[in-house]
Amino acid sequence: MDFDLSDDHRLLRQTVRDFAREQVAPVAEELDRTKSFPYELVAQMGELGWMGIPFPEEYGGAGGDSLAYALAVEELTRVDSSVAITMCAHTSLGTQPVYLFGSEVQRRELLPDLCAGRRLGAFGLTEPEAGSDAGNVRTRATLQDGEWVIDGAKQFITNAGTEISGHVAITAKTGENEISNIIVENGTPGYEQGQPYRKMGWNASDTRPLTFTDCRVPEENLLGPRGAGFKQFLHILDIGRIGVAAMGVGLAQGALDEALAYAKERRAFGKPISKFQTIQAKLADLSTEIEAARLLVYKAAREKDLGRNFTLTAAQAKLKTGRLAVRATEEAVQIHGGYGYIEEYPVCRFYRDAKILTIGEGTDEIQQMVIARALGA
Amino acid sequence: MKICVLVKEVPDAAVQKRIDPSTGRMDRNGEKNLNPYDTHAIEAAMQIREGGAVEVDEIVAVTMGPSTAIRALHKAVSLGADRSVHLSDDALAGSDVAATGYALAQTLKRESPDLVLLGQQSDDGECYTIGAVVADHLQMPSLTQVIQMDVEAGPPTQLRCERQAEYGYDTVQVELPAVISVGDAINEPRYPSLKAIMGAKKKPLDALAIGDVDIAADRVGESGSKVICGDFKAPPAKSAGEIIEDEDTNETVEKIVAWLDERKLI
Ligand SMILES: Cc1cc2nc3c(=O)[nH]c(=O)nc-3n(C[C@H](O)[C@H](O)[C@H](O)COP(=O)(O)OP(=O)(O)OC[C@H]3O[C@@H](n4cnc5c(N)ncnc54)[C@H](O)[C@@H]3O)c2cc1C
Repeated sequence: MDFDLSDDHRLLRQTVRDFAREQVAPVAEELDRTKSFPYELVAQMGELGWMGIPFPEEYGGAGGDSLAYALAVEELTRVDSSVAITMCAHTSLGTQPVYLFGSEVQRRELLPDLCAGRRLGAFGLTEPEAGSDAGNVRTRATLQDGEWVIDGAKQFITNAGTEISGHVAITAKTGENEISNIIVENGTPGYEQGQPYRKMGWNASDTRPLTFTDCRVPEENLLGPRGAGFKQFLHILDIGRIGVAAMGVGLAQGALDEALAYAKERRAFGKPISKFQTIQAKLADLSTEIEAARLLVYKAAREKDLGRNFTLTAAQAKLKTGRLAVRATEEAVQIHGGYGYIEEYPVCRFYRDAKILTIGEGTDEIQQMVIARALGA
Repeated sequence: MKICVLVKEVPDAAVQKRIDPSTGRMDRNGEKNLNPYDTHAIEAAMQIREGGAVEVDEIVAVTMGPSTAIRALHKAVSLGADRSVHLSDDALAGSDVAATGYALAQTLKRESPDLVLLGQQSDDGECYTIGAVVADHLQMPSLTQVIQMDVEAGPPTQLRCERQAEYGYDTVQVELPAVISVGDAINEPRYPSLKAIMGAKKKPLDALAIGDVDIAADRVGESGSKVICGDFKAPPAKSAGEIIEDEDTNETVEKIVAWLDERKLI
């Protein structure tokens, strides 16, 4: 068993780490405060190949694997979650369906711009009546004269309403007990993106409700076979979990980085607070849990890269890391005392950014269901 | 024109540096990275190539170091070098600056470069001297701490360089071949794209031992080095300073003046 990363993986991790520290960190607070989408950073990441890490070069991707993807997501989240989720949702939710289920024509047409970060992909699964119960889709698509006519609404969709948003892959009912995935391009009449939500965190990431009113797209916009939508979105969510789990590890690590640095600087009772046993215990526990969680995430990525079933490990990784991120950011704020409650300190933003990780892309309760099912319970 | 860039693997900037008490040398465990100054040297080479004033046929990254140093070459190549040369030999372990400079010069002779670029200092040793030593062995002019470089096509090809000196800036015109060490103000290095990282291993790498480049074994390594590592210690911790509260500015100024006066500093 080899715990060492390959040279390529190590160098990618180092590069993303440098980029996050040098390019993202200086603007993260402002992007969050002004709720501004990170267009420039996305463009830079596109040029570096990070908006299409796990896709083959023939479609404009970087030709990397899931581990490379997880490492990049982790290092970005260590510094800023909004930038990370933009890349993460774009890759595993927006672009994967096109790559995995799209026809050759769809792939050739959409993937090069997506992988280069010139266009963003979004995934529209959640609806007002379909969250955890994602199969309870109400959005309808009816085939009329070679076109899908779509009516319905989507809720909480990432990356659909930016200036560079290219498409959303939505689930829609195409028959009584039939769900299909369909691509709807931005600019299609009848497809509208609502106002961005006022969120607790992820402030620089784009999240909006979407509506479809007599929205017509060509029949060829169907992804894969008609009626395959349910199976398809489950697979997409499995893959997505590796990315979100990497976010959890990255955020927890970022919180620990900040807490450790602060604890060494801040003095009380005549010494740095890092010399107090209770503070040391917090730091030691966090670093131990982070390392354990990280191994779980890399294992899930590795299983996927080896072509094995990774559903269980990915769900375990997602469950473990989301909770850890929430706890780690809370402890980091605690270690900062009152300063942790002030926005000048990154841990304040980290704390707000953490909570979504136990909710998005399958709540903790849903992960527990998936895990229990895999155990045969 | 052929450019050779000297590169080195050093402990990552985020790693806290410390002396290993058992060896009296720097503890080089932990996360490593390409010496940050060397990334500026590679970028400088790339900018000469992309600037188009002269035709750059080849950019070659050259390192001397243990087997792990190959990672520094990997990064150098992902940043744009066309191929790399790795000089590695047990006989080289413990070489001081003079021995290292000699070994690198012998390696460079085999390449006969028109221009040798390197970072002005390494993040670990911080000697600032390798460039000059190499230049002396190669009988080439040497410029250090260069923060701007413009190429004037020849013949002879010349470089117009601005050096950052203690007292200001020097502008120096130099004819190639030359050895130039660069400072970090010279450019903003690019990041290697993922494609470049994954493609780097496909670019040629020459692994050389001292016999391949006529390095005399008695002039390198610990025995061939004149520097003797004595007793390294971390500097003593500074005593706490005196804090003068600023309640009344006039009084504060007086207190500061008195403090400085007492120490005969003004
Ligand atoms: C910022 C943000 C970005 C998002 N981005 C996207 C996106 O890009 N695309 C997209 O499709 N969706 C997106 N979502 C939606 C997200 O995936 C859902 O919010 C999530 O899946 C939960 O669904 P829900 O909000 O409807 O909660 P509900 O499903 O209503 O759940 C409410 C509570 O009930 C629990 N619960 C539900 N069913 C069960 C059960 N069977 N057993 C036990 N407990 C249960 C849940 O765990 C939860 O605690 C995003 C959400 C947010 C907040």
